[in-house]
This record gives sequence, C-alpha cells and structure tokens, in this order.
Amino acid sequence: MKYDIILAGVGGQGTLSVAAIIASAALKQGLTVRQSEIHGMSQRGGAVVSHLRLSDGPIDSDLIPLAGGDLLLSMEPLEALRHISYLSPSGSLISAAEGVENIPVYPGMDKIREEILSQPGARIVDARSIARESGSLKAVNIVMIGAASESIPISRENFIAAIDERFRSKGEKVQEANRRAFELSLAEACGAGS
Amino acid sequence: MSDIVLLGDEAVALGAVHAGISAAYGYPGTPSTEILEFLIDYKTRHGAPHAAWCSNEKTAYEDALGVSFVGKRVLVTMKHVGLNVAADPFVNSGLLNIRGGLVLAVADDPGMHSSQNEQDSRFFAEFAKIICLEPRNQQETYEMTLEAFELSEKFHIPVMLRLVTRLAHSRAIVKVGAKRDENSLSKPEEKRGWMLLPATARQNYLDLLEKEKEMLAWAGDSARNPLENARGGKKYPLGIITSGLGRNYYDENLPELSSEIPRLHISAYPLPRNKIRTLAAACERIIVIEEGYPLIEEKLKGILEQDITISGKLDGTLPRTGELTPDAVRRALGLEARQLRSEPGMELPGRPPQLCQGCPHIDTYQAINEAIGDDSHAVVTSDIGCYALGALPPYRAIETIVCMGASIGMAKGAAEAGVQRVVATIGDSTFLHSGITSLVDAAAADTPMTVVILDNGTVGMTGGQETILPTSRVHRMIEGLEIDPAHIRSITPLKKNAEENRRIIAEEIDHPGLSVIVSIRECIETAKRDKKKAAQEGQA
Ligand code: SF4
Repeated sequence: MKYDIILAGVGGQGTLSVAAIIASAALKQGLTVRQSEIHGMSQRGGAVVSHLRLSDGPIDSDLIPLAGGDLLLSMEPLEALRHISYLSPSGSLISAAEGVENIPVYPGMDKIREEILSQPGARIVDARSIARESGSLKAVNIVMIGAASESIPISRENFIAAIDERFRSKGEKVQEANRRAFELSLAEACGAGS
Repeated sequence: MSDIVLLGDEAVALGAVHAGISAAYGYPGTPSTEILEFLIDYKTRHGAPHAAWCSNEKTAYEDALGVSFVGKRVLVTMKHVGLNVAADPFVNSGLLNIRGGLVLAVADDPGMHSSQNEQDSRFFAEFAKIICLEPRNQQETYEMTLEAFELSEKFHIPVMLRLVTRLAHSRAIVKVGAKRDENSLSKPEEKRGWMLLPATARQNYLDLLEKEKEMLAWAGDSARNPLENARGGKKYPLGIITSGLGRNYYDENLPELSSEIPRLHISAYPLPRNKIRTLAAACERIIVIEEGYPLIEEKLKGILEQDITISGKLDGTLPRTGELTPDAVRRALGLEARQLRSEPGMELPGRPPQLCQGCPHIDTYQAINEAIGDDSHAVVTSDIGCYALGALPPYRAIETIVCMGASIGMAKGAAEAGVQRVVATIGDSTFLHSGITSLVDAAAADTPMTVVILDNGTVGMTGGQETILPTSRVHRMIEGLEIDPAHIRSITPLKKNAEENRRIIAEEIDHPGLSVIVSIRECIETAKRDKKKAAQEGQA
C-alpha cells in the first residue's frame, strides 16, 4: 500500500500543520511517512506546498511524481488548481471554499469553482461554516482533515488521537472543539458521498 | 535505539549531539536554519552542548576552529552562500591538523527556493581537498553526521556534510542511538599544524596532499559508495551513477525499468575512481544523476581512459538548473511520460511572498520612495532579508539585491562614480553580518550617501532569530565611527510619522556627506510571538 497526498495552501493558513497532523496519524497507524515542505520565502502569504507520502513499505523519493498523487488537499481554491498535474487521474481533489485574495488580480471565484468541480473526484468544502458549527472558527484546518479522512487509509481513531495530541497543551475545551470539527466534517463528507 | 520523526536538519543536529560535540555555531540561512535552532533548544533544555548564532558564517567557522584547536568536537552550520562568507577560514582549515572533530553542515538550495544562486558546495569541499558526505535521507543524515566526526579525527581534516533543501526540509522516522561523551580539553603539543606561516603552510600543504591519497583510498573502499550489478566480463548498454537525492528519484522509477542496470551510488567524496572505472568498463553509456552542478559528470572525463558516452546535465539529458525531480529522472531514463489530468482552462496568477501587513519596512520604503520622488537618476541599493521583498510591486523601492552586505559598498561605489542621490537600505542583522565593514570604508571617506538601517530587532526572513546586538548597541557602534552626529538620525516607521520621516530622509539625501538613518520598529511577527510567550509565562 502507498498513498500520496499533495497539500496546498497559502503561507499562514496552516498547511504545514495539516500535513503534520496527518503524518502523526499515519505513524499511529504504523505506516512509513515522508513529508517534504518548502518554507522560508514561501511564508508571508506566498504559495505553500507539501508532499506527504504514506506507505507500508519503504519510500524512496520525497517528491511525488507527476500524476502520482492519490489526494490533492488544498486549503485554498486557486492553489488547488496550481497542482492538478500532480494528481492521478483516479485521485480525489478536496478544496476549501474560501479564497485568500492577497494578490493584485485574483481570478473570479465562480470560474475557479467551476474548474475545480470539472475535475473528476473533486469536492469543495465550506470549511468555515462547518468550523463555526463546531464552535471554533479556528478549526478550519481540522475540518479539512475530516473531509479528507474518508479517502486516506488511516483509521478514524488514529486521526482523533493525532488531533487530541496536537491540542493537548491548549486545554480540554479546545481539544473538544477540534474533535467535534473533525467528526462533523467527516459526517458531512460521508453524506456527500452517498 | 529509538525512533523519532526528524527533519533532515534536525537529524544533523541530533547526530552531532550524539557524536559528543561540545559546541555548535552558525548564521541563520534557509534551508540550514533548523540545525542550530534544534541545538539551541536542546541546550536550553539540557544545559549543553553550547550552541549559539554568530555575526556571520566566517566568525562562526572561526569559533569552531577554536573549539577544535583545544581538542573538542564542534559543528558549524550555514547555507551554501554563507560558505562564501566563511570561505577564507574554511579553505585554510584543510591545511590544519584537526584533532577535535570539526564538521561543517552546509545546506544547498537547488531551485533557489529562497536563495540568490544555486552554487554546489561539493565544489568547495573539493577545492579545500577535504571529505564530503552527501546523505540522501534522514536516517543517512543522522548516521553520516556521526561518521563525519570520526573521519574528521581520523584524517585530521574538517569534513563537510552536504544537504539540499529537499532533504533539509523533509521529515521522516529516524532510528537513533546513544550519546557519546565529549572529548576532554587538550591543546596540541606540536603547533605547526595550526600555524599557516608560509614556511609551515608549505609543509602542511604537502601533508594535505599526502592525506588526499589516503582519502582517495578510503572513498574507493567505502560502503557509502556502493557499486551494484556490474558483473565482470559482461557489457551493458547503460550504467547509472547517482549521488544524493538523485538515487531516490532513480529508485522511484526502478520498478518500471525492465533490465538489470549497473549502478554506482556516490555519497562519499573524493570520487571513488576505482569504482567509476569498473562501472565504465561494464557499460557503453553512463547517465549521471546528481543534484546541483554537474560535478561528477565533469570529472568523469579526467578519470576514464576509454571513450564512453556520458549523459547528464551537460548534454541536456537532465535539466541544467533547478531541483532534480522523479519526473526529470524518468525522462532521462527514457521512460514514457505519465498520463496527466487536463490542466485548468484559465490562467493561474503567481502568488509570491510579500511583506506582512503592517511590517515596519513598508513605512520605511514608502518614506524613501516619497523622499526620492520621480528622480530616476537616484540609486537605491538593498540587501538580503525580508526587506528584499520591497523590490516587488506595489513598493518597487529598491534596485539591487546581490549578497549579504553588498548594499552599502555598492552605494559607496555608485556615489563615487558620480551619482548625486544614493541610498543604501540594509537590515540590522545583515548590517552586523557584513554591512558594517563597508560603513567603515564610507565613514573613512565621508562618502556622500545615505545608509538606512531597517532595524526590526530580528532576523525576520529565517523565522525571527534575535539580532546579535540590540538596537542601542548598534547605535553606539555607528557613533563610534565618528560620523557627524548631526547626520546620524533615528526614525520610527509608522503611518503617523510618514511626513516627518519623508522630510528627514530627504534632508539626509541632500546632505553632501555620509549620513546614517536608523529606522527602528520591531518586526510584527516577532512582536506577536513575544507577546504570546509573555502571556503564557504570565499564566504559568
Ligand atoms: S516577518 Fe517581520 S520583517 Fe519580515 S515581512 Fe513580516 S513583519 Fe516584516
């Protein structure tokens, strides 16, 4: 088994913490993990991308080959489109709905949505409203993990354990809200699938 | 043995701790920064080994030499362009009789994710005639760090550990062992090995050339340079030489390659000539897959006697610039391209990094832009740091970005060439790193130019390390150069001071001598972090 995830977003959105949480859940599952990220200049509102590779055997390359990704998970719709060529024809694409419009000419959101949804296996998640429902606006990233968790070969329990661990130092209430965000989003994703 | 998840950079740091280092030094630079950050954090928690940032890479390397001189193990870290700054002590250190292991971890940035060039540090190792180890994953990084210290003490030379961005900033599980004890203090009895007077240096150079033979023999035998599948007597159409991450990308494609292909992987330099010759004897063509410059590829011609086709970066089989990728290697191996999804039918605008909203540099640049107005003859030089982002719209405030500290020297040159209105912009950390010596030159000549030090109290670009000296001491240092005190000014870059700041800068640009303006306001990222930390400590 091998499962390759391309994570995309904009600096400051927490793309790399999403990668870290999925990676830690994968480790709990007993998988081998390689996670590559580029930072430095790419912080401060620039585009950020991380390649996360999971496998039950050895992993050679840090980079996912073109058309090799099983999942493209994007915190931002325009950034989702930027990495399409890394997603395999049968892979899933999950993007958050809300754009980060920090560039002079941001293309029309309708056009971007249309482009995303024209890709097979694509879904747009209104992460903000699910986060609000869960009681923490900050839980947007956990919502994205929840939405993707159905496609990733890691058990629900291991995801929850990784999320709990991540927020342990923040206290029971924050932990609880994030767990709820995950569950809510997972339930929504399953609903969308049926 | 235990398993931990580590970044490539962290694997170096932990390897060094386990090798028994007594100290570590460096200057922050992406992608090498996390090595020393890990060690500084380690020191905070465990009390040792000593770990600290330095003014620049040269001082860091010299500090490291001192530790080694007294017999202890030491790690020094920097990025590739930082090694240019440390080149003087580094190249000379090959001639020294190193006894306390000295390892230089240098991180190259092929693809220039956050650098001014792509230079390949393996050339520097070769130039100094020392051993270079090139790991390809986090496990090897950890193990090779330990080995590098052993080799340094065995051959009495510094050893380079060469990383690249993709390794430095990639995370994987590493099996780690136990910590070795530190060396005890001991000064060498025979001082010749540490004195580079012409007479002694000549002898030391002969010693180094002797050692070079031993290093060649060692690299030729090393298990770090495995030769596979090259059975004697048989001729194969293709042979492969990989190094560093090139091997990972080759292995990634391996399942789709039909026949058995002889392969030499090189991760310990100097080049293992014997194995290269054995491989070449078994093949008709060799493809070299290496990350960075075509170092191995260029060297092959001199090592091989026979006529053999060599492919790689020089003949375009692999791209000459940028990072290697599994796909570039796939193409080089002649494998069919994979079926891609249809690209979006719209143009995707780039999303470059930008100055944070509210960054103090924005106000400083706006004041400079206004002070200069539409005078297209004016020159505004700049330097390496967050403020380099002021080159991009909407600011377009600066005209040059070359290397750490170049802004002040270039401004001096432009002024001496006859430009009337010259402004140099430079960050506080870059100023202390290598701008200050140019300011000494300018002070001596009273060059008619204006130096604006963008003092945000931090090394913002690499994640907010503390500047080596606080603002007050930077000020006193400038005063100590005896620049006319009337022309050493301070401003606070805030919206509400916009008009006053514009006026002060305009006045100083018109002053027919040297002036220094220190623009002081903390980086908002650092300020935010400090506030959060203070709140947490208040709670505890
Ligand atoms: S990190 Fe600090 S110095 Fe850099 S752009 Fe942001 S506010 Fe400015």
